[in-house]
Amino acid sequence: MNKKKERRRFIAICLAPAFILFTIFMVLPTLNVFWMSTLKWGGLSADKTFVGLNNFMILAKDMNFIRALQNTIFLIAIVTIVTMTIAILFASILVREKVKGQNFFRVIFYIPNILSVVVIASIFTAIYDPSSNGLLNSIVGLFKPETWETTKYLGDPNIVLYAITGAMIWQAIGYYMVMYMASMSSIPEHLYEAAALEGAGKFKQFFSITLPLVWDNIRTTLTFFIISCINLSFLFVKVFGSGPGGSAETVLSYMYKQAYDNASYGYGMAIGVVVFIFSFILSAVVNKATDREVLEF
Amino acid sequence: MEKKKTKSANTDRLYKIFIYVALITLAISIVVPVLWVFMASIKQNVEFYGSPWTIPAGVYFQNFIDAFQKANMGEYFLNSVIATGLGLLILLVVALPASYVLARFNFKGRKFMNTMMMAGLFINVNYIVVPIFLMLLGWDDTLYSIMGSEFFLNNIIILAVVYAATAIPFTVYLLSGYFRTLPTAYEEAALIDGCGYFKTMIKVMIPMAKPSIVTVILFNFLAFWNEYIIALTLMPGASKTLPVGLMNLMQASRGKAEYGMMYAGLVIVMLPTLILYILVQKKLTQGMTLGGLKD
Repeated sequence: MNKKKERRRFIAICLAPAFILFTIFMVLPTLNVFWMSTLKWGGLSADKTFVGLNNFMILAKDMNFIRALQNTIFLIAIVTIVTMTIAILFASILVREKVKGQNFFRVIFYIPNILSVVVIASIFTAIYDPSSNGLLNSIVGLFKPETWETTKYLGDPNIVLYAITGAMIWQAIGYYMVMYMASMSSIPEHLYEAAALEGAGKFKQFFSITLPLVWDNIRTTLTFFIISCINLSFLFVKVFGSGPGGSAETVLSYMYKQAYDNASYGYGMAIGVVVFIFSFILSAVVNKATDREVLEF
Repeated sequence: MEKKKTKSANTDRLYKIFIYVALITLAISIVVPVLWVFMASIKQNVEFYGSPWTIPAGVYFQNFIDAFQKANMGEYFLNSVIATGLGLLILLVVALPASYVLARFNFKGRKFMNTMMMAGLFINVNYIVVPIFLMLLGWDDTLYSIMGSEFFLNNIIILAVVYAATAIPFTVYLLSGYFRTLPTAYEEAALIDGCGYFKTMIKVMIPMAKPSIVTVILFNFLAFWNEYIIALTLMPGASKTLPVGLMNLMQASRGKAEYGMMYAGLVIVMLPTLILYILVQKKLTQGMTLGGLKD
């Protein structure tokens, strides 16, 4: 009996601190996002009036939000397609082709992942420097000396989104490549040997052995990557600035702008709710669309 | 026959060359910008007018001294050390027992708690950072009306607590997954030997979980050290962490054209992570297959 009591006490003491912290700083704020989205709560006055779904009605007609949503979808699409294609391709090359210095490349490609977004933003600000002394402009200048005109990568509303895409891809490729290398190197060699004997070329091997066998891994990471793209695009826009006239604003940076900078908390949180639901639906759709029969070796 | 062989060997070689060119191009595009920052950090301000690719005329170490003295990087550095170190400490003290119990004990409500933790994996700080700010602001207002002082915002210790709290779901997921794989024979033996529950956990089980504890420390060190948005929101005052300080320095030095100092600040922020990476790169790239996913 005493033993039982002791056991119960032990369990309670071990769990309590973690769950108290978790509840205060994660569960409550999450519930608050939903609750606050139904309030008209403008910053300086402490007045909170319940307005139901009114914030969402305003949001549906907010052209800035719609542009931010378009930007976000654009960023997700480009960054996901480019990052995933390059990561999968390079991972399979590094694993399959017995490349010399495999480990060296692995170490190098992972570096961007350990850097803070602020550091990456500073590096890319130097790369995108609009003067002829910018890293990118000075290289581009070598190739087209005649029509030479420097590009304002971060200052041109038509280019700024692509510029941010570049930084995001630079940051993400290595991480996913190392991850796919790990799962590809566990595919047994004899499958490839058999395929080679049957006369299957490298491309055929890639599409009928490598890709199907790591598909489950790709699928999980893809869903995850799309969600993290929404979050990362926020951080990148936050550190790069939202471009001229807010032309590079994404949904979460718009949320932050409304909720924190403009102190319209209720409206900001309504944006948060919509983005959350949007990302949830998006991941469900991706999950469904990439559903294949799982192959194992 | 002979001719065919040389032809396929030729395309093979071309293919190999193409692969190396592609790999090296990608490697260069990653390494060169990082090295360039190191180079720029020892240049004098006049050297920034003209081609960016010139080798520095000498080692101008004054940039670093300026960054520490004029731009407050010393204070920010200390803040970052405290937030990261204390955050990791709180996280381990809180998450280790919880993971152990969730993995090894059967009790009422275990399933519910596991589900809560799993759901927590999907909560992203970017959504909840403003509500956390408002909550702390509310606590400060209450405290101010009672005691006439504020405590929760602009407090590096509270920032460390928030870091630890937001890292709990992922850490518990990782650690309890590891605890589940350990054989039960050890704790049974320890219990028969008369060890209490606490002693068994601290003396036997936690030392056995060392590999996954190292992974947790590595990942969260990087996450806490590099963190930007929580620190920006919860520390709006003069005292900042390194990434937020660097961001300010970046904006300020653009206007004043103090490039050298800015790049010195950049080096100060990324050097600790790079050193750690060089020391443990094997562990880090292996550890991620253990954890599977990260934000």
